[in-house]
Amino acid sequence: MKALTWHGKHDVRIDNVEDPGIVNPRDAIIKVTATAICGSDLHLYDGYIPTMQSGDILGHEFMGEVVETGLASTLKKGQKVVVPFTIACGSCYHCGKHQYSGCENGNPADNQDIARELYGHPMSALFGYSHMTGGYAGGQAEYVRVPFSDSGPIVIPDGVDDEKVLFLSDILPTGWMAAENAQIEPGDTVAVWGCGPVGLFAVQSAFLMGAERVIAIDHFPHRLELARKFGAETINFEQTATYDALMQMTGGIGPDAVIDSVGLEAHGMFVDNVVDQIKASTFLGTDRTHAIRQAILACRKGGRVSMPAVYGGFVDKFPLGALMQKGLTLKTGQTHVQHYLPGLLAAIMEGKIDTTFLISHRMPLEQAPEGYKMFHDQQNEVTKIVLKPGQ
Amino acid sequence: MPDIADRPYDDAPLSTSKDAAGATRAITTEAIEDRGNSLTGWAVTINRPVADLYAWWRHFPNLADVMENVERIDILDDRRSHWVVKAPGGTTVEWDAVVTDDREGEMIAWASAEGADIANSGRVTFRDAGARGTVVTATILYDPPAGVIGKLVAKLFQREPNIQVRRDLARFKQLMETGEVATNAMNPKQREEQDA
Repeated sequence: MKALTWHGKHDVRIDNVEDPGIVNPRDAIIKVTATAICGSDLHLYDGYIPTMQSGDILGHEFMGEVVETGLASTLKKGQKVVVPFTIACGSCYHCGKHQYSGCENGNPADNQDIARELYGHPMSALFGYSHMTGGYAGGQAEYVRVPFSDSGPIVIPDGVDDEKVLFLSDILPTGWMAAENAQIEPGDTVAVWGCGPVGLFAVQSAFLMGAERVIAIDHFPHRLELARKFGAETINFEQTATYDALMQMTGGIGPDAVIDSVGLEAHGMFVDNVVDQIKASTFLGTDRTHAIRQAILACRKGGRVSMPAVYGGFVDKFPLGALMQKGLTLKTGQTHVQHYLPGLLAAIMEGKIDTTFLISHRMPLEQAPEGYKMFHDQQNEVTKIVLKPGQ
Repeated sequence: MPDIADRPYDDAPLSTSKDAAGATRAITTEAIEDRGNSLTGWAVTINRPVADLYAWWRHFPNLADVMENVERIDILDDRRSHWVVKAPGGTTVEWDAVVTDDREGEMIAWASAEGADIANSGRVTFRDAGARGTVVTATILYDPPAGVIGKLVAKLFQREPNIQVRRDLARFKQLMETGEVATNAMNPKQREEQDA
């Protein structure tokens, strides 16, 4: 089959690779009908994520048709499913608590050691996202092997357009969980750093959860424009002093909750150094944690800090004092996708949430390498690329 | 340093002691036979009842499904089993293991018999953890040999001695909780290559 494979920094290709097949009883094989390039795929593209191997198949936002099932799968051939990017067993303690991204059983035992050293515990496995998180082949391919197919994928009703539901795989639940982690109360003002897909979904979600005002911060005019469409006020940090603006816009109080959906790439987080230097620790330039630092400094006393943004290692100059002195609550984590799927699918079907506005480009799988380059080079214009294998 | 047997205000397992030599001596008072000078241990919580896990483990041939490099385990009699472990260059190392203490639903202790390629002893304990299932703790004492086998042991135990026992317990947990051992192999052929 054809698949988008990683070969090094800024080197992704379409290769012919082996077809996947059923390995374990709970597996299913999915014929991919739509898959997206995620902002976090750019971290891989830029070579920031350690434990990648040449030939790895990327892609963790995908959906498709069930074409083969293992003996213990509950899926049926022909069903259309969206697959969560987190591979979770549904049977361990963490899955029982709906903390799916902490699943203990999806990550093969041999792949758990690095995360154990880095984080103290291995996390759940992810599709197409380095060997530290499992080394599973991803969904930017014609077919994918999906483990635990009886507990992860959500079946989509017949006749629903792929583009309406594709983002259930990652960025919609991620934006939703970001807003949930901000513990929004009616009347709140919420500030969101970064108007990428996750930030934009966090804006929508925050309003649905009762926020009175959402202030979105970015420097790409097109992305700020999208945030305004959902009712957000916006700050362009290139032309405005963000902290001062937030103070004046909130009467000196500061936002009740702040959401950092910028992440490591914007800050040049050198995760690839981290593994080699883990024991020696790694230090960053002082400006690289700008978004999270600024968010913590701007947040009102007793407020909430939500951090959906992906961080991989250590940060320098983290304002721990501000966190403590102001009595802030910090909530973060990889998304517990499976937990949010039924509710968010219903919200899409009822028309409460629209995700299709985000898609700026559509292309066949064969053009994925060009897609990566475009997404990387033109972040103002390119908000989301959807790849359609077999078209 | 005070004697290891007298550790005031410290309930930690001996295998986590900073006094490795002392811990190795002291562990032999805890149902583990003296078979070496390297002590390691790890624990996992498995969402299954004690009785299931004990029964699965006590049928030793099962362990080859979760222990990396273990080719097979043959039952010799109720207390003795024969272990065949893959070694570099397509060879194997072997030993007989004897159950030295067996408390149903609680603990199994073993020791290698005389003439073992890798002398080892240890125990696995099963403790009811209520709604969370069962805490399974493995404690292993072994004698790292020299030469080719020494290299195998180094590979088995990776750069940290508890990595191997950690991985084996992780696979045990996967199999018991999900019915399968997690693999990133894309298809059966790749899995065979990984297992080879």
